Amino acid sequence: MTRESEQYDAIVIGAGHNGLVAACYLARAGLSVQVLERNPHIGGAAVSRQLYQNFTYSNCSYVCSLLRPEIMRTLELPRFGLQIIPYDGGCTMMQGGGHLALYDNHDALRREIARHSKRDAEAYDRFARDMIRQCKFIKPLLMREPPDPTSFKPRDIRELLYLGGHFNRLGEERMYDTLRFWTMSIADFLDEYFESEIVKAHMAGSAIIGTALGPRSPGTAYVLLHHYMGDIDDTVGAWGFARGGMGAVTKALAASLQASGGTIRASAPVERILVRNGRSVGVALADGEEIKARLVLSNMDVKRTFLETVEASELSGDFLRRVRNFKIRGSSGKLNIALDGLPTFPAIPAGSPSTRGDMHVTDTIEMMERAYDDWKDGAWSRAPYIDMLIPSQIDPTMAPDGKHYMSVFVQYCPYQLASGPWDAAKRQAFGDTVIDTIARHSPDFKSLILHAEVRTPFDLENEVGLTEGNIFQGELTFDQLLFNRPIPGCAQYRTPLRGLYLCGSTTHPGGGVMGAPGANAARAVLRDLRLAAT
Amino acid sequence: MNAVATARAAYDCIVIGGGHNGLACAAYLARAGRSVLVLEAADRLGGAALTREFAPGFRVSAGAHLLHQMPARLIEELALEKHGLRWAAQSLPTAALAPDGAALLLSGSGPESIEGPVDREDTEGYARFMALMQRFAAVMNPMLEAVPPRLGTERWADRLSLMRLGWRIRRLGRRDMRELLRIAGMNVYDLLKEHFRSPLLQGALGFDAVLGTNFGPRAPGTVMTLLYRLAAQHGAGARALALPAGGLGAVADALAGAARAAGAEIRLTAPVARVTVAADRACGVTLQSGESIAARAVVSSADPQTSFLGLVGSEHLDTAFVRRVHHLRTRGLAAKLHLALDGLPKFSGLPAAAHGARLLIAPSLDYVEHAYNHSKYGAHSAAPALEITMPTLSDPGLAPTGKHVLSAIVQYAPYELTGGWAGQHEAFAQQLIDQLERHAPGLRSLVRERELLTPPDMEREFRISGGHWHHVDLALDQFYAVRPVPGATQHRTPLPGFYLCGAGCHPGGGVMGIAGRNAARQIIAGEPAQ
Amino acid sequence: MSDSAGTAPHYTRPLLPTPFHERARALSQVDSFVPWAGYTTVDVFTNAGQEYFAIRNACSVYDLTPMVKYRIAGPDAGRYLNRLVTRDLRKLRVNRVSYCVWCNDAGNIIDDGTVFRLGETEYRLCTAERQLDWLLDSAIGFDVQLSEVTEEIAALALQGPTSCAVLKKLGVTGIERLKPFEFSCFDATGMRLMISRTGFTGDLGYELWADPRQANQLWDALMTAGRSRGIRAIGSRALNMARIEAGFLMPNIDFVSAEGTVRVGTSRSPLELGLGWLVDFDKGHFTGRRALQEQMRQGLQRQLIGLDIAGNKPAANALLYADRKGQREIGSVTSAMWSPTCKRNIALAMVDAPHFAMGTTMWAEVYLSRELVWERRMCKAQVVDKPFFAPERRRVTPPGDF
Repeated sequence: MTRESEQYDAIVIGAGHNGLVAACYLARAGLSVQVLERNPHIGGAAVSRQLYQNFTYSNCSYVCSLLRPEIMRTLELPRFGLQIIPYDGGCTMMQGGGHLALYDNHDALRREIARHSKRDAEAYDRFARDMIRQCKFIKPLLMREPPDPTSFKPRDIRELLYLGGHFNRLGEERMYDTLRFWTMSIADFLDEYFESEIVKAHMAGSAIIGTALGPRSPGTAYVLLHHYMGDIDDTVGAWGFARGGMGAVTKALAASLQASGGTIRASAPVERILVRNGRSVGVALADGEEIKARLVLSNMDVKRTFLETVEASELSGDFLRRVRNFKIRGSSGKLNIALDGLPTFPAIPAGSPSTRGDMHVTDTIEMMERAYDDWKDGAWSRAPYIDMLIPSQIDPTMAPDGKHYMSVFVQYCPYQLASGPWDAAKRQAFGDTVIDTIARHSPDFKSLILHAEVRTPFDLENEVGLTEGNIFQGELTFDQLLFNRPIPGCAQYRTPLRGLYLCGSTTHPGGGVMGAPGANAARAVLRDLRLAAT
Repeated sequence: MNAVATARAAYDCIVIGGGHNGLACAAYLARAGRSVLVLEAADRLGGAALTREFAPGFRVSAGAHLLHQMPARLIEELALEKHGLRWAAQSLPTAALAPDGAALLLSGSGPESIEGPVDREDTEGYARFMALMQRFAAVMNPMLEAVPPRLGTERWADRLSLMRLGWRIRRLGRRDMRELLRIAGMNVYDLLKEHFRSPLLQGALGFDAVLGTNFGPRAPGTVMTLLYRLAAQHGAGARALALPAGGLGAVADALAGAARAAGAEIRLTAPVARVTVAADRACGVTLQSGESIAARAVVSSADPQTSFLGLVGSEHLDTAFVRRVHHLRTRGLAAKLHLALDGLPKFSGLPAAAHGARLLIAPSLDYVEHAYNHSKYGAHSAAPALEITMPTLSDPGLAPTGKHVLSAIVQYAPYELTGGWAGQHEAFAQQLIDQLERHAPGLRSLVRERELLTPPDMEREFRISGGHWHHVDLALDQFYAVRPVPGATQHRTPLPGFYLCGAGCHPGGGVMGIAGRNAARQIIAGEPAQ
Repeated sequence: MSDSAGTAPHYTRPLLPTPFHERARALSQVDSFVPWAGYTTVDVFTNAGQEYFAIRNACSVYDLTPMVKYRIAGPDAGRYLNRLVTRDLRKLRVNRVSYCVWCNDAGNIIDDGTVFRLGETEYRLCTAERQLDWLLDSAIGFDVQLSEVTEEIAALALQGPTSCAVLKKLGVTGIERLKPFEFSCFDATGMRLMISRTGFTGDLGYELWADPRQANQLWDALMTAGRSRGIRAIGSRALNMARIEAGFLMPNIDFVSAEGTVRVGTSRSPLELGLGWLVDFDKGHFTGRRALQEQMRQGLQRQLIGLDIAGNKPAANALLYADRKGQREIGSVTSAMWSPTCKRNIALAMVDAPHFAMGTTMWAEVYLSRELVWERRMCKAQVVDKPFFAPERRRVTPPGDF
């Protein structure tokens, strides 16, 4: 199939999870595939790194819930070492010392919420029901190519009709509920269920993670769904740890790829996508080496792909303007901390499993909204929303015996500070803000810190290559979802350059370690080649 | 059937509330030959579209102070000009006041033009942007003026209505269609940053998008509220941004004239206590005085919460429906400032001839966003955004000779202020005058009297629960096919014989009269066949 | 929290013990407990078959405490309940009980339960599952106070032909005058008891409502009083057999609460569940009324019916077909059992129109394990009247000493 001048059928730029997923599907369809990774390690933002002694950091993404089960199954990821263990619980510690925990057991959960509000304990069931209804609605859309609503091609019309039919099948009442859900702010949405501030605050967290929006911004209810729409072993909305850290996902993908005959080159930064007559013909590496291929798939975001890796002269001014207008503001930071022992959290009663999942210290929606206000003004949140985890409690491979690894996700942290560029001192000050926030809930926390890696959106861009450090490769707002993602008219993985495809989270259905964009992109490629996917 | 239901109905239709929507509804019903009784709780008509004295000799449009979106069609159909509606000014230009330096002047109609401190790129960009927006507004206008469809029904009318909307969007052509589908759910902040460089221009357009809403310009959905405003203005044509002679009350008077001429009866000081329900049908009302009046249909222009929870009562409605009504977001965010002035203030950076324009204090998007920030936490803006008119410049009769009236919409002033309005009312009014003084040095000394209406004040005066001029917040999840709540989106309600015609219905507030007109049409069309 | 509640934190022991737990545990021979509404309760004490016969032959004691109880009081309590449930409660007098169902706006059943009128403006609502969210939303616009009182009341069901005699022996004077769906307060052996002539067995029986602090005393006194009358503690399994014979519905088995469904089209209306007799269209408005009227107009698409099935193998979860070959599927069985009293193989089933007319014949697909060798059988089934078993003694006042 490879023409003489071409070394490969396909080159995939970036060995992140979506690049690898796409490569796997292509290799399994019989194509010769070369994945090029600029870093010496693979994984993109799904990595396990040993940055301090024998500690393993999931130093970017830290939770595995969205990875599509059909991808895991088809690519035989368990056979290649991937194991996902669901969370045990979760909690939010309150300013005054109380807490709200979330437990798997329904009766334990009800009694726990009832400590704060008896009504909320029961309203939770209605909330869970409606979230599951929304998950069920969106699930079939994840692994499909969005239609172009302006097109009259049979495929687009068919897909549009499918979408319409899928929506119509909900029946009148649920159609309205769905319309409202997709357009609501999480704060307003939760107000329709709960009365207790702590319950709302705990639930709202997932609606702001990674976004450039606050909990009062319309569209954040959808972001919540985006974090809930995964399922582990058929439990909708479950979150889990990947044994060995998030790098285990990409490690298993790499092994699956190699088993299908694909190859990966690390430390091979792509400088340019080579274009001849409106068609991509390969790539040039930073050292000048050219690698020819019939197809190029970019796992980079749309801005990095077109504004930095393709000659501007190959693209129309209008297209470039649209790419420039793509919203990709980073809003999240991350701390990875090696601990000499398990920190104590006095608010959490002994024996409660709630520290074995995600822990929070933001107990009101207002705190989150104020944290967002700081970000809007170009500063990191003075009282940030943090999502912390100590995976080494569950996964013994993450830290030496008796020691612990803590992952701290931080919302909000800007890519550009109003006070000028990021530097070491500012990074330190940002890290201290986060550590002080945690220490207010754990007296021995600071004394246990052996090492802390502080990552700002600026660092994320430099290390992982995510423009502006946006973890979703583009904001998850209406104007950048479904047939608008990344750009209207360019939302079907194909690009204005023939032979060049996008396969990263910058495409539908968006960010998270889901793999769906990679799988969908591969399917689009294979359809264009008239090959069947396996 | 019990006695009440079989008693001969005195009227075909009772309209609760003599605001502009109630009056428009009554006028259309009466013109269709229905016997109509309008019941107004206050001793004057107009609801929030009224002119009243706020200081001896000084009169002001105390609610809405500009007529900018009443469809030309409605004005003609009801012959409002024949019933006394005159224009003091039409197609008012807009002036965006700068904190220092010259103001930016935006033309009120015709080819969109801009004058003032912007570069050529923005000048040209503005014309392009407005042309695009006007194309979208033209597509949206029929959607705004028609009854929204119900989704997922088998009914032909609903499907046709959706197909028409789809077809109109398709007809825009691929390029525009893509852009509309992209920006429809977007925030106005990002959109304006894509198009313009001048903060003053961005601020002015951004403020229009959030005026009367519970959002700042960074909130997704604010492009839709801007389009909504433009779509309504599209329907209003040359009378967009108009000052009726005699203030907004003149609109209500003309509507009342049209209604009366068609045979409608109007009673003032007749507050309704309850809607009478018998055999699962609204069959009249009981006044607070105890008097009962029977009618074959009852239509309420009151806000949905007052209509359903107050007038009908949850015992006649289903639980989940009541829950939806209960959860409606209805808290007003805008205050109204009225100043009686001994002379005409001079705004710096504004040509003397432009003082009669619609003046905006919204110098940048971030300014408006910061003004919004406070309201999220139960405080009023430290530096609010203002829409100011001085109606006496075109309608001198509103004040004694040589004196002037300044009317300003102040955003944001939340309904629920931490600590309550009572203790902060005075200080806020003072703060606003200080703010105006900075833009118009010497203004303070001209102030003879002032009046500040906060949302709770408006709730009391206009009997709108929450004091929100849209009755129900204008947001995507309370818009079009889900406005005000599923089950009552087509002016019909779950209670047979009971209809809604107020701003809580699609297309919302602003002195449009569309809700009133569409409700009348639904009543005339009767109950849908099962 | 009452002192009978467990002291272990909820995250180590999510289920609460009932006030009778100590006694029940002592009698439990097979250690078979099941969760119910947040409590752990006995499924089987010794042998479900034997326990079942205590209901039909002598007297059974069943721990009813987990039944969720709400106190509803206030000037609008009556109007509130009348708008909540489908039955006309305006006719419910003080000291009377009414079996009710309530629906969502679409007219589909959320739950069933019993309403006790305790006073002019005070009621108690007993349901199998928690409803606070719905009940509070239903209270918008009504002057009514609502509180869950489950933990404040211990409850036992005393059911079976000798139940009246046992109560008399316990010293409950005048119990024989209590009519079906009536309740009253009694003093017996130093305890204040509220006793209602209600139950879930379709037999003569009572339900006893007591202070949880007197739980052990009540249990012991009952057991002593009933010793010569064949009294026996029973678990949920035996009760379930009796309720199928009586044609009573069980939430999550015969229907799913309409407020809990995720899928479209899985909720059921009272009309479909054969509970049309509980729906009063003339009483004024209630939630779901307009939807139910519409359903009446359009005719029912499915209905819950009773089946008599050939053979003796319970047709649990069987699909039903109009033809023997199994090509035209028309519904499925929701509850099934071999009735030891009627000596019939009975079932409750949801079938599509028009197959629910009395006497209609259909076929049930039953799978049988013959020492792990599975066999599929098409068993002939016929629509029959419910309840399958309805002894006269359940209604007679005063009840005889059976």
